[in-house]
Amino acid sequence: MTAHLPVLQVVLPLMAAPLCVVIRQLTLVRLFSLVVTGTAFLISATLLYQVNTAGPISYAIGNWPAPYGIEYRIDLLNAVLLFIISLIGFLVLIYSKNSIAREITQNRLYLFHSLYLLCMTGLLGMVITGDVFNLFVFLEITALSSYALIAMGGGRLGNPQALYAAFRYLILGTLGGTFYIIGVGLMYMMTGALNMADLARLLPSVFDTTTIQAALGFLVVGITLKMALFPLHMWQAAAYARAPSTVSSFLAATATKVAVYVQLRMIFTVFGQIPLFRDTPLDEILIVLALSSMIIGSLSAVYQKDMRRMLAFSSLAQIGYIVLGIGLNNATALSASIVHLFNHALMKSALFMALGAVFMSTHSVKRGAMRGLGRNMPITMAAFVVAGLSLIGVPLTSGFISKWLLVQGALESGMWPVALMILVSSLLSIIYIWKVVEAAYFKKPKRALPKARDPGPTMWVPMWILAAASIWFGVDAGTTVGIANKVAETLLGGVPQ
Amino acid sequence: MKNQAIYREVAKLMMPFILMFAMYVQFHGDFGPGGGFQAGVILAVVYILYALVFGLGNARHVTPMTILRFMLAFGVLLYAGVGMVTMFMGGQFLDYNVLSHDPAHGQHLGVFLVELGVGISVAAAMITIFFVFSGQEH
Repeated sequence: MTAHLPVLQVVLPLMAAPLCVVIRQLTLVRLFSLVVTGTAFLISATLLYQVNTAGPISYAIGNWPAPYGIEYRIDLLNAVLLFIISLIGFLVLIYSKNSIAREITQNRLYLFHSLYLLCMTGLLGMVITGDVFNLFVFLEITALSSYALIAMGGGRLGNPQALYAAFRYLILGTLGGTFYIIGVGLMYMMTGALNMADLARLLPSVFDTTTIQAALGFLVVGITLKMALFPLHMWQAAAYARAPSTVSSFLAATATKVAVYVQLRMIFTVFGQIPLFRDTPLDEILIVLALSSMIIGSLSAVYQKDMRRMLAFSSLAQIGYIVLGIGLNNATALSASIVHLFNHALMKSALFMALGAVFMSTHSVKRGAMRGLGRNMPITMAAFVVAGLSLIGVPLTSGFISKWLLVQGALESGMWPVALMILVSSLLSIIYIWKVVEAAYFKKPKRALPKARDPGPTMWVPMWILAAASIWFGVDAGTTVGIANKVAETLLGGVPQ
Repeated sequence: MKNQAIYREVAKLMMPFILMFAMYVQFHGDFGPGGGFQAGVILAVVYILYALVFGLGNARHVTPMTILRFMLAFGVLLYAGVGMVTMFMGGQFLDYNVLSHDPAHGQHLGVFLVELGVGISVAAAMITIFFVFSGQEH
């Protein structure tokens, strides 16, 4: 069966999603989806190991050979992404039990599991496929299921604002998807190809046509919308703040990362034979947008009173770092981006999980409500602080590694003002994390918090696994940086300078 | 509209033919134009027509939500299930050739089952969407 692992990675959660609807009985559904996500995690770990030792894997769906049929193609880059998605997917699902029971209407809980698996299927599929149209299909699966997941925040303790947030995301997300498919359509018109490797071969000869240049524009704008880069980030804060905590922890860690992956794929594989950064102003555009995201994201985060909104704006800044690494166009910066994809997924998920636990016991995620929680919820708040330190980029945390590499990359390109901006944005992140720490540890609560206490182990164990991982990969960065360097070399290797 | 004799009788008269046409589009889809998606939509039209003429209550009684939900899931499972079967029979995922001794027959059977899955899911989805929207009280 090992030869079929690439397709099983996607098909297992895909088949599990409708099965949840058939089973309906909540305990069984939960057990079943845990087994499935756990298996998906094992598969992704195996695939990562295989790809790392033996090179890329290709799988022909329906046995139709590559340029004609749909090809699943796994190299080191998407193996890493598969690993992130299924790891976070598994841990968040373990965490979800008590949290969703409080936040989602009882009779929709089995649908939550179904949608969650479907969303995971979409993300895994987007990453694994080697076909630009198939990618669109998975993009839509992800998008539709995440709109519904976000709207579920309207049940029970949540508020009707969730529906509004989901609708806003729906409008903008659909625009993003449409732009992407227009880009794909234009490329198909000129080359007759949908397979990524095939497109890479055919595009250089037609790149001087306006059609292909328009296609590039549509693709970049569409994908940028999906990854919520400034100025197309307006949907993100509301969506993450209003969604159920579990959904925010999953989507914040994976959805935008996958959009970044698609951007990398487009620039370095599909348009890989064309020196985009030399012939088009794409690198300048990416750098300017990334820097604006970093500064505006961090600044907005400082002024938020709702902590989930704060984290959403901090995500905007973090996506800025990642895109900056792409735009700087050197191997060090690019590997910084890839390391940060991984590191940021770990810490952001841990932070949202901690807030979910806070929301469960205090029914609020306003900063004021977190006063004195350091004493009542020591385990949760400690996890928040650890992941927060990593978000700032304090030495010995994983955030430090990625920022250090990124600053090095900026200096390598001779852009010291950019390196300075990275430091400024990091300083701003100290402010907003410190505000939470101050509230939780140094302020007395307005009224006594007898009920606020740490959640059970199903919640704090996954939270702490992620928080501890962001320390682990800060101390022992050899594995992550090693893999990221390898990925960056292969990505840049194909591009003519 | 239940009390309007013309609507009622015409609807009764039309429904079997629409059903028949849906089946034609579904099962003749591999020789002529058609396929699961179109057939599913046409099949759903029968229910929507029935609901419009005989009232939503009756229509919901004919197809309870639990059955619709099962159909929604079953279609997807049938599609992916065919893929799993081909895998266990030694082919790639969705490689219909291995389904029968003769690759051509295998392809035929594979496409037939997969399109059936699409048809079931699409019909259930259309009816569900109609029920959900028409059941809302402003």
